[in-house]
Amino acid sequence: MTDADLLYGDVEEELRASVRRLLAQRVSTSAVAAAYDEPADFSALWQGLARDLGVAALLIPEELGGAGATAREAAVVAEEIGRTVAPVPFLTSSVIATVALLESGDHETLAALAGGEATAALALGLGAAAPPVSATVKATPTGLSGHVANVADAGTATVLVVPAEGADGIELHTVSVPGPGTTVTPVPSLDMTRPVSDVVFDDAPSRRVDRGDPRGAIGEALRAGAVILASEQFGVASWCFETTLDYVKQRYQFGRAIGSFQAVKHRLADLWVEVGQAGAAARYAADTHARRDPDVAVAAAVAKSYCGTVAVHAAEECVQLHGGIGMTWEHPAHLYLKRAKADQLALGTPYEVRGALAALVGLPRT
Amino acid sequence: MTDDEAIATDLTLRVKRLLDDVDLAGVSREDFLGARFDAGLAWVHFPPGSGGLGLPARFQEFVDSRLRAAGAPEHLPGRNGIGRGMAAPTIAAFGTEEQKARLLRPLWTGEHEYCQLFSEPGAGSDLAAVGARAVRDGDTWVVNGQKVWTSSAHTAQRAILVARTDADVPKHRGLTYFVCDMADPGVEVRPLRQITGEAEFNEVFLTDVRIPDADRLGEVGEGWRVATLTLNNERVAIGGGVPREQGMIGKAAQAWRERPESRNPAMHDELMRHWVEAEVARLSAARMRQRLAAGQPGPEGSAMKLTFARLAQAISGFELELLGEDGLRYDDWTARRPESVEYTGRGAGYRYLRAKGNSIEGGTSEILRNVIAERVLGLPAEHRTDKDIPWKDVPR
Repeated sequence: MTDADLLYGDVEEELRASVRRLLAQRVSTSAVAAAYDEPADFSALWQGLARDLGVAALLIPEELGGAGATAREAAVVAEEIGRTVAPVPFLTSSVIATVALLESGDHETLAALAGGEATAALALGLGAAAPPVSATVKATPTGLSGHVANVADAGTATVLVVPAEGADGIELHTVSVPGPGTTVTPVPSLDMTRPVSDVVFDDAPSRRVDRGDPRGAIGEALRAGAVILASEQFGVASWCFETTLDYVKQRYQFGRAIGSFQAVKHRLADLWVEVGQAGAAARYAADTHARRDPDVAVAAAVAKSYCGTVAVHAAEECVQLHGGIGMTWEHPAHLYLKRAKADQLALGTPYEVRGALAALVGLPRT
Repeated sequence: MTDDEAIATDLTLRVKRLLDDVDLAGVSREDFLGARFDAGLAWVHFPPGSGGLGLPARFQEFVDSRLRAAGAPEHLPGRNGIGRGMAAPTIAAFGTEEQKARLLRPLWTGEHEYCQLFSEPGAGSDLAAVGARAVRDGDTWVVNGQKVWTSSAHTAQRAILVARTDADVPKHRGLTYFVCDMADPGVEVRPLRQITGEAEFNEVFLTDVRIPDADRLGEVGEGWRVATLTLNNERVAIGGGVPREQGMIGKAAQAWRERPESRNPAMHDELMRHWVEAEVARLSAARMRQRLAAGQPGPEGSAMKLTFARLAQAISGFELELLGEDGLRYDDWTARRPESVEYTGRGAGYRYLRAKGNSIEGGTSEILRNVIAERVLGLPAEHRTDKDIPWKDVPR
């Protein structure tokens, strides 16, 4: 704790500025909203982030073709993605799948991920908070068979990283998509900026990449995901708060700005406090992860449960304080509400995360 | 060598010289603190002669930690917080050279403990409405009125006092700020018993109290500006952080661990929500200190106080429910006169009742939300009917 740096460094601020600039140029909320009506292709946006700015390479060591950065930098990118609800597979590919491959020792796929030529998705339901005890996919000599529901960003992934049940327990495989024996079916998702798909394997050819039980690697991947997701949630909350604050200053009713009514002012004051504190929690999680501080398990759980709840609250306040316009399809508030609520369910609900945290800090449920 | 390194080297030398000049085993607390003041090591950011060296405030911890490590006498814990935390920065900012030379040293050594005569029965959140009158009589002022919620009034030698010197101008413009001698025969202190049973605070009745004009801080009519500086320091002082799982959440967690028979799933999630929020508040306080150290002062003091009050109330109420039937027992209703507030040293019932004051004292939570909304977020100010009319004509 005493060593934690809860502020942003100059390099981190430069990275933030580049990401913000690119997102401002290449994505709009109306383009994002259109993805709810028909399939949209955001690959150019992702190529810009991954290839031009190198965000896909952040968590990959330099000797493997990456940038050798840490969760502190990745968290800044996630904040900016949250602020724009950009439909890009940064969390799923560049954090979760990347860490799973890195920790399990598969270095072949990483170079392609680092350059943005490939994107990957971990074939687990997005709600998973912990590695599976047993996998629904079976690894047989003829290939992988089985199904996984609610895999985020599988629709745009070129590599699936699949926990599968082998003869001696869980194994980790990679599968190229599109490919024989693999069917990825996108489903209508609560949050179409991080759509989920159902994945079915039927004797799909695969490559085993783990060197023994990969559950540790999957756990590290999900933890890194929680750390970075907390910063994304902070970004979502920040946009909702700032947008609402601007609106209540310019919306007039009863001859006054609605932000002059105490009922509105006090809600915004409370929200400002909450969002600011979410930033501190997210930053602490990113910093402990970057320093490999043993407190990272507690820090990640605190950040994920707190920031998830704050992002939803901020999005709900955004809708409410915008009044009628906040309920429309035209106003972007709904994109943030859907992202915030889906983010809250991802990688374990706050209830589940608090339950896991309790075990870490010696406060047993029974 | 950088400037900071040069300052650190110089401070190390000054600390060594101070320690060499006294016999730590034999010196009294007051004498040592006096020598420390004279060496400019009381508040390094104060000017020379006022207990400081005119250095950036961030060097204070450098001095404090070295003196602590040497076992040098320190202030009595919990005593004269108002003097050192609130009166001293106000005197340093608004006092004349003569006042700084006369008032700061006995304040620092503890010879003069201070209390704060601000709030009145008719001026709580609306502090600028104070009605205690100060009328000039030659070189002295004669003060009449009633103050309330004054901690330490029964032990203090001095008070910082805001009084009305002009009733014919709008409320903010007719106030003047004084240092008051609590030994004046016109000062009567009565304990104010509160919902916990104890009397932590006082009512103070001022009847023809005489204050020399030399003890006026700032100009006549400038009292609101002076008091604002005092109150800004109050919010900083209250909004401090604690280590993980200490304070209220520490007591609740302890009760959970010691009482497996009281556990149930609904309360478990509530406990963990409180635990997470207490931890996040702690991290936010840590970040606030880092920002201050990096020269990025933020308005987070008000945020910390809001959060602290909300959590203290929620967690202490939860702790009583966790104790179940044992929560029906209270530790002590006697009208004690505590010298400092010790939440964790008392029972859960005390914590629950005392925490009710957290959202009232030092700025109510409602006023703090206004402060955040208006000064931080730039939202329109409250409609004020009393702003431009003479104080004497305001309805009350």
